Amino acid sequence: MGNRYEMRLAGSGGQGVILASVILAEAAVDSGVTVIQSQSYGPEARGGVCRAELVLSRGTLWFPKVTRPDFLLALTQASLDKYGRELAEGAIVMVDDSLTVPEWLEGARLVPLPILGTARDAVGKLFTANVVAVGAINALLGLFDEKALLEGAMRRLPAGSEEINKSALAAGAALVSPELAAAFAQKIG
Amino acid sequence: MAKAVLMQGNEAAVEGALAAGMRFFAGYPITPSTEIAEKCALRLPQVGGKFIQMEDELSSMAAILGASAAGYKTMTATSGPGFSLMQENLGYGMMAEIPCVIVNVQRAGPSTGLPTSPSQGDYMQARWGTHGDHPVIAFSPSSVLETYTLIIRAFNLSEKYRTPVIFLMDEIVGHMREGVVLPDPNKLKINPRKTSFHDGAHKKCYYVPEGAFVPSMKPFGQGERYNVTGLVHDESGFPVNNSAIADKLISRLLSKIDDHVDDIVRVEEYQMEDADTAIVCFGGTARAAMDAIEAARAQGMRVGMFRPITVWPFPEKPLKARLPQLKRILMVEHNHGQMLLEVRRAVSGAVPVDFLGRIDGTVISPAEILANLNEKEAN
Repeated sequence: MGNRYEMRLAGSGGQGVILASVILAEAAVDSGVTVIQSQSYGPEARGGVCRAELVLSRGTLWFPKVTRPDFLLALTQASLDKYGRELAEGAIVMVDDSLTVPEWLEGARLVPLPILGTARDAVGKLFTANVVAVGAINALLGLFDEKALLEGAMRRLPAGSEEINKSALAAGAALVSPELAAAFAQKIG
Repeated sequence: MAKAVLMQGNEAAVEGALAAGMRFFAGYPITPSTEIAEKCALRLPQVGGKFIQMEDELSSMAAILGASAAGYKTMTATSGPGFSLMQENLGYGMMAEIPCVIVNVQRAGPSTGLPTSPSQGDYMQARWGTHGDHPVIAFSPSSVLETYTLIIRAFNLSEKYRTPVIFLMDEIVGHMREGVVLPDPNKLKINPRKTSFHDGAHKKCYYVPEGAFVPSMKPFGQGERYNVTGLVHDESGFPVNNSAIADKLISRLLSKIDDHVDDIVRVEEYQMEDADTAIVCFGGTARAAMDAIEAARAQGMRVGMFRPITVWPFPEKPLKARLPQLKRILMVEHNHGQMLLEVRRAVSGAVPVDFLGRIDGTVISPAEILANLNEKEAN
């Protein structure tokens, strides 16, 4: 089952966590990292808990699904409460700082960041929260170089939204201090 | 080397179909196949093709048969509930010998079941969903790249054998994105539609020339008048009620597949050279099996994988060829034991055949397969 880095991005249907995972997968392909992206959602497309998954490796990947994520992004309380319980040992949990962290999760490597607030106030559009998150995830884990990430994002985001999404990516990256990035950097095996 | 692109299984089905020459799609979008209709709606007009969203799956199947008879390479895509509705016209396509490709991205059933969850519960339906004795070719891919290459083969064999081909995907592969390097389009082998007009003495549309196993197609509506029917028909295409002609026709429809099984059947064998245990699986399930085999081998077990790529006709001959070396077969599939029946039929008790399946909409994990292998090893 080899070296797998398993990531789960979770939020509410409509927040764009699937697109966020696709952007990261695009950057992985461009960077020569083996990646499998998949998603899971209930019959209700909007409003329900939605999750997207990525598996990264420097080797070959077969099984596409995430069973025990090494990284979790939770943008809503419901998604944190649901997926916070299924983590690998030492998993990193990035949450929006508006969420209440349950007691049972207090031992995890938590990274609360103002993702939704940054999208709403600094970027100016709440709907860019998924792209802010992509910028923050990449900066925190040190996965891909910024050029690969930006190109990946531009291939998948709607025409006309380039400028606002560029600033969303940058705003997300700016949420991660160099100290934080140094402490959480991952090496994909 | 060409650049890798990130592609979803459902998208690869469309791109492969376009490379194979598909220029007409009619369908009714349904999870988890919806991206196929979406992508066809976008891509077909770009290449001069036609996309029609129909009112339901009965008419979708009818439309692709009609367009194929008129000379187009055609496709539809659906999931279990829609595949059920297509069965009547699917049989019509087999009887009238109209090439087309039907993609079924399986989801958990029965009925509307679990729309977004994976399953392989339509395996037997793909063989016996439509009534009567009929020929069936069905393929099942296990990766995004294989979806692309295999659907081209589905179109090729559909033309060669003049029969609908069922492309049995599952949610695991359909909804998965991977980096793929697509083959050079100039190096693809594409079977063009074999057509004939006014061929001298043999104007009859269902006349089978000496040495051939199917009639060549006359594009309907392009100058030559003929009849197409689901009734038993003679060489002219008109219905007859004659047992000798019925026997000849149905026998040919069945033997055109049965006599060419070696041409149609493809399997993947992984780590089978020294294996004493074979995991048999197909489609997306193979991906868990590959990881399980790697882990089992690391523990010293001699396990391999036998994966039917052609799922109908069932690859009986290549499986039987492996039996002398095997102590055990483990069938792993996302259903209650469907291909299991074919495996047990082929094996005829020569080797114990165990089963690991799931019907709850969740995915069988490598750890589950490994646990099953370990349990047997311990006994």
